[in-house]
Amino acid sequence: MLMTNLEIVPGSRIVKHLGLVQGSSVRAKHIGRDMMAGLKNIFGGELKGYTELLHESREEAIQRMKTQAEAIGANAILNIRFSTSSVAQGAAELFAYGTAVVLE
Amino acid sequence: MSDLVILLTLLAIGYIFGQLAERRHYRSIIKREQMLRGLPIIASKFPPMYKTPPRSLLVTGSVVISVDYFKRFIAALRNLIGGRVTSYESLIDRARREAILRMKEQALQMGGKMIFNVKLETASISKGAKDRIGSMEVLAYGTALADKQPGHT
Repeated sequence: MLMTNLEIVPGSRIVKHLGLVQGSSVRAKHIGRDMMAGLKNIFGGELKGYTELLHESREEAIQRMKTQAEAIGANAILNIRFSTSSVAQGAAELFAYGTAVVLE
Repeated sequence: MSDLVILLTLLAIGYIFGQLAERRHYRSIIKREQMLRGLPIIASKFPPMYKTPPRSLLVTGSVVISVDYFKRFIAALRNLIGGRVTSYESLIDRARREAILRMKEQALQMGGKMIFNVKLETASISKGAKDRIGSMEVLAYGTALADKQPGHT
């Protein structure tokens, strides 16, 4: 599965457009991480736990999008976009979407 | 009285550790930016058709960074009189540059030669809490173009 956020793929032609595919994931971290983040709010600096959390859930969103694209017979996803929103404190929704296509 | 002591202690801790962390972070950012200068990142959507490397890969880099207690206090004061909130400006600047660096590092690992269509996305993840910009996430993503690997399609 080829994934890109360009609208074209250099060197290959799009045979068929299959429409929008998407994947999302909402995750929260365990309370220990939240407490560490609370401490970091005093000291400042990177919140490694949250970085990791968002990274994991983004991977999962991408994975779900990929599964959906595979199910409709695509072999590439173009023009991928990400979006993040927080639903509550300590939980975030990660959303990935793109256009599924068949490349030659 | 004890409340005041706690507040002052938190402010002092925030100031000392926050400044240290920020200075250390900026040093590392500048060092890595110099190291990764050879990898151009381009916001254009369409790569030039001539001499374009054939493999395209999605690369991402993200960071969640938090402001310290002292800076948040200053920003709250700033809210009263208005004007530039410099303490948050440096936070956002650090987060953006760090996210771009991580994206570049990932691209380099995969053998990328350049990164196209770079997008930056900013989200505040502590929404709903009292102070909303306490910590923020920046995600940088783009498409790395790499040379074809032998035996790889």
